[in-house]
Amino acid sequence: MTIPATTSLPVTLAEAMEFAWTEADLLDHAIYDEWLAQWTADALYIVPIEPGTTDFENSLNYAYDDHGMRKKRVERLLNGQSISASPVALTVRSLSRFRLLQADEASCELRCAQIVTEYRRGRERTYTGDVTYRLVRGPTGLQIARKVVWLINSTEALGGIGYIL
Amino acid sequence: MTSLAELSTNPDDLIRKDRVRTPLYTDPAIFDAEMTKIFRNTWVWVAHVSEIANNGDFKMAQVGLEPVIVVRDRKGKVHVHLNRCRHRGATLCEVRKGKTSSLVCPYHGWGYSLDGKLRGVPYENGYDETTLDRNELSLKSLRVEEYNGLIFATFRDDIEPLADFLGPAKKWIDLFMKQGGGFPVKVLGEHKFRFPGNWKIQLENTTDAYHFPLVHKSFLTAVDKETEQQLDMLNNGGFVEDLGNGHSVMVMIPELIDLDDNLEAPIPEKFADLAKELVAEGYSDTEVRRIVRAAGGSGFNINLFPNLACSMAFFRVLQPVSVNETEIRHIAIGMDGGPAAANRARIRLHEFFQGPMGFGSPDDAEVWDRVQHGAQGGDEMWIMLNRGFPKEENLPDGRARSDVSAETGMRAAYDQWKRMMTV
Repeated sequence: MTIPATTSLPVTLAEAMEFAWTEADLLDHAIYDEWLAQWTADALYIVPIEPGTTDFENSLNYAYDDHGMRKKRVERLLNGQSISASPVALTVRSLSRFRLLQADEASCELRCAQIVTEYRRGRERTYTGDVTYRLVRGPTGLQIARKVVWLINSTEALGGIGYIL
Repeated sequence: MTSLAELSTNPDDLIRKDRVRTPLYTDPAIFDAEMTKIFRNTWVWVAHVSEIANNGDFKMAQVGLEPVIVVRDRKGKVHVHLNRCRHRGATLCEVRKGKTSSLVCPYHGWGYSLDGKLRGVPYENGYDETTLDRNELSLKSLRVEEYNGLIFATFRDDIEPLADFLGPAKKWIDLFMKQGGGFPVKVLGEHKFRFPGNWKIQLENTTDAYHFPLVHKSFLTAVDKETEQQLDMLNNGGFVEDLGNGHSVMVMIPELIDLDDNLEAPIPEKFADLAKELVAEGYSDTEVRRIVRAAGGSGFNINLFPNLACSMAFFRVLQPVSVNETEIRHIAIGMDGGPAAANRARIRLHEFFQGPMGFGSPDDAEVWDRVQHGAQGGDEMWIMLNRGFPKEENLPDGRARSDVSAETGMRAAYDQWKRMMTV
């Protein structure tokens, strides 16, 4: 059997990891234009509350952002009007323990661990969770079709999170 | 001299009608006294009926710092038990909510029925009737009463009935519950967050319109023009009213006091898609108008002393943790059996403003945090609560009312605080 030249190979773990690390770097360094461009037009960024939720649309989440909301969130971080984001928290996120749950030529499901350390006004806080990405191949490379941040303490009282997890 | 001593010898050194001093936020002895004199001596909100809708449903809650279980027994009666086994005092339940047929202590297996009676004691032959009288060892149960879906509990058997305690607030609770849009109000989920500050800083905030345009500027920038105008609270002709017993109401959007009024008004642009969806689902024109009008919530906040706010479209519960730490729950509510599209709209609005990642709450948390931090300095200085004081009008029954930005609600809460703390 010959493989037609137009068929690409399934998304690899290395590709997906590199993409997720780039996203983390863009957020930690506040390069938001590039971050916004990483998403497909109809993508959702979700931070759920209840572990195991599948119907995010009909559930209360911490964040359920379409493109418009992601843009507003970025504006809020940049426009200096939010007292909890002036100055915005400094963050360093560490992504590890990557696993491809599914992969084909057009898309993949990636799961990894994320630890975000936040520093602001003399306080350091940590948010730990699993992140699941649905990545799709676009004309210029991978894009995020859906990102879900599953905090391990999502049902407990959190601090004010004036940045993007 | 400690501040608590000042409170018992000369309370005016610490709290007056229009001002309070910072030890109210910082003195651990005052905090301990509050847990006893206030939270053990009044009606404290513990649940909404929809959270324990069916027999066997339970949820964990607190009355002051004391852990309780709110449970609906096999016959449908609601109980609030201290979450503490009568044997050694271990908590019976560490699951936030769920359904069960009994309450069993994990330590030695003592089992209680949902109404609190001790039913099972493993290896009972280690006791005889002189050392184990089951009737004496029921769970410690609090007095429970409900008003329009709101369940309150108290350790006191001899205080006034809940309805009397709520008094003029009852009318406003009834108006608030109209945002069910013709359906019963139902809890849809909750956001919880903590801030490093005293619980009264949050208590003050519920009927404080003065902060809104400033603290929530970034939220107001993010909403549509129509919503921005509606939330121009200081220019909409609203008011704040003392409702007695520490309760107060702040009306920010007078045209949204009664959601059954003005059903013929044009549907706001932001709800146009929702209205279309409801029409497509077969709801009549009147139903659509009623549901859409209810979807955005009520135009007022009610502050129910000491721990519950019915705030526009959600419940806000404050839970003191220590003198300088408070937990806040923002409970999203919707329409039980109502259209999924309307509940989705309400959930999205809740996510937009509320909770740790909302566009509003983190900014509130930040300024509350700063109040606590600032209170570390200048112990001798007063915190001012006198805004709108000279212009207050007295209603026929003597209660005060003033313009929307007045600190009338805070004065009402601190009146009650003083009454309870100086006995």
